Amino acid sequence: MAKAATDRPNRPELLCPAGTPAALRTAVDAGADAVYCGLARRSNVRNFPGLNFLPDEFLEGVDYAHAHGAKVLMATNTFPPGDDLKDWTETIDIAAEAGADAAIIADIGVAAYAAEKHPDLRLHLSVQAGAASPEAIRFYTEHFNVKRVVLPRILTIAEIRKLKSEIDCELESFIFGNVGMMAEGRCALTSYVTGVSTNMDGMCSPPSHVRYEEGPDGSMSSVLGDITIDCVGPNEKAGYPTICKGRYWNSAHTEPYYAFDEPNTLNIANLLPELIEAGVTALKIEGRQRSRAYVREVVAAYRHAVDNILAGRDPDLANLVALTEGRGETKGAYASKRWR
Amino acid sequence: MPTFLPLVLRTVPLFVLQAALDRIVSNIHRQRPRLFARMGEASKKAILIDPVDMPFVVRMLPDNVTPDMRAYRRGNSPAADAQIRGTFAGLFKMLDTQLDGDALFFSRDVKVTGDLEVVVALRNALDDVDGSIATDVAELFGPPGAVFLSFMRHRGERLAHG
Repeated sequence: MAKAATDRPNRPELLCPAGTPAALRTAVDAGADAVYCGLARRSNVRNFPGLNFLPDEFLEGVDYAHAHGAKVLMATNTFPPGDDLKDWTETIDIAAEAGADAAIIADIGVAAYAAEKHPDLRLHLSVQAGAASPEAIRFYTEHFNVKRVVLPRILTIAEIRKLKSEIDCELESFIFGNVGMMAEGRCALTSYVTGVSTNMDGMCSPPSHVRYEEGPDGSMSSVLGDITIDCVGPNEKAGYPTICKGRYWNSAHTEPYYAFDEPNTLNIANLLPELIEAGVTALKIEGRQRSRAYVREVVAAYRHAVDNILAGRDPDLANLVALTEGRGETKGAYASKRWR
Repeated sequence: MPTFLPLVLRTVPLFVLQAALDRIVSNIHRQRPRLFARMGEASKKAILIDPVDMPFVVRMLPDNVTPDMRAYRRGNSPAADAQIRGTFAGLFKMLDTQLDGDALFFSRDVKVTGDLEVVVALRNALDDVDGSIATDVAELFGPPGAVFLSFMRHRGERLAHG
């Protein structure tokens, strides 16, 4: 039900993904209040071939966004290996020099570097850090002056509301897109199968280790390393080749089953009024690995939905099912702890 | 796609098709110097583009210095590191960046096999093009190109909306 127009919530920031400079301009033009992106190196969790920004492209992107009244956040959200911090410190330096509006960090070493070297650079804590308690969040705010935390997707809206009442920090929450394992930043499935780490190399299911095999009946198998993740029938929709969304056989099941998680897309358009009322400052759309067409369509749809809510109307979100992975949508933990 | 197009193309000698491809790739390389550079190391790998409703396939080498596209008759396909298959309309929409490439993959309208790294790199590089390669190519061929582009986009809207 729509809220009364006299009881309008504060305007939240619509934060949108950009995997390329063209996607950044598309997001800004489609109504993003802010855009997040990363450099073409392992300092961000979407370190895929052909994706991301060179330093001069990032600078141009910041200029474009600022000229159009939008902010740019630099994703620096992977964890450096013990012996080499250079990719991460350079990313922070480039963000600061380019005039980025914030850097999204996950690692405490990177946070310490940024807080010391660039005290004027606003820091946001990535979902990869998995900070979901007041104590964990206070650690980052007190030690590194973190101003915003991106919430792990394990909290109900009631829990978010309670959390907000206990901390002095902005909250950012995912509202649409791919939703992964419940404990972000801890997943080692890709690393186990390929030796490439999602959390340190920035790639979940690196394309160099993925292959698709077509069967004579028109079926298609997704294979990561030596493991067959899924086999979809000729008329079935495919999903991303990630282990956590795979269907597997074992002796306890007569049919292939989703052992970890189902390949549904997070979409909480109908919960947005409650989420905003709970005190969330920024509404985040996932998908830096997705195309400009996805960015244009999803950002425009959510711009319309958020503006409707702020005007006291129902969200009225356009149908985005065609853009979703797998077989449906989910409200995730926002609606129930029992989701999978 | 005009239904007569595959029939017409079946009668067109390969060297004519090749001349058009040479012109196209030369134009892309000149107009979009960052396109193949964005692919990094993956630009050294060959991709077979297979429009399943056409009588030919195209082997593409997206090399940043000497990119190349070569046409072959169906049934005489060369080796390549990766293959992208789909209807001409589906592949066109991917090139035109009007439809989301991942959504086309989810729906199985476009199928990829072989070395996925080069396919992902190409998709991401194409997506960073302001405007679209399809528009560039259409402009190369003057008014007939504009008519064809308009027709394919109209066809794509119907594809997007079922």
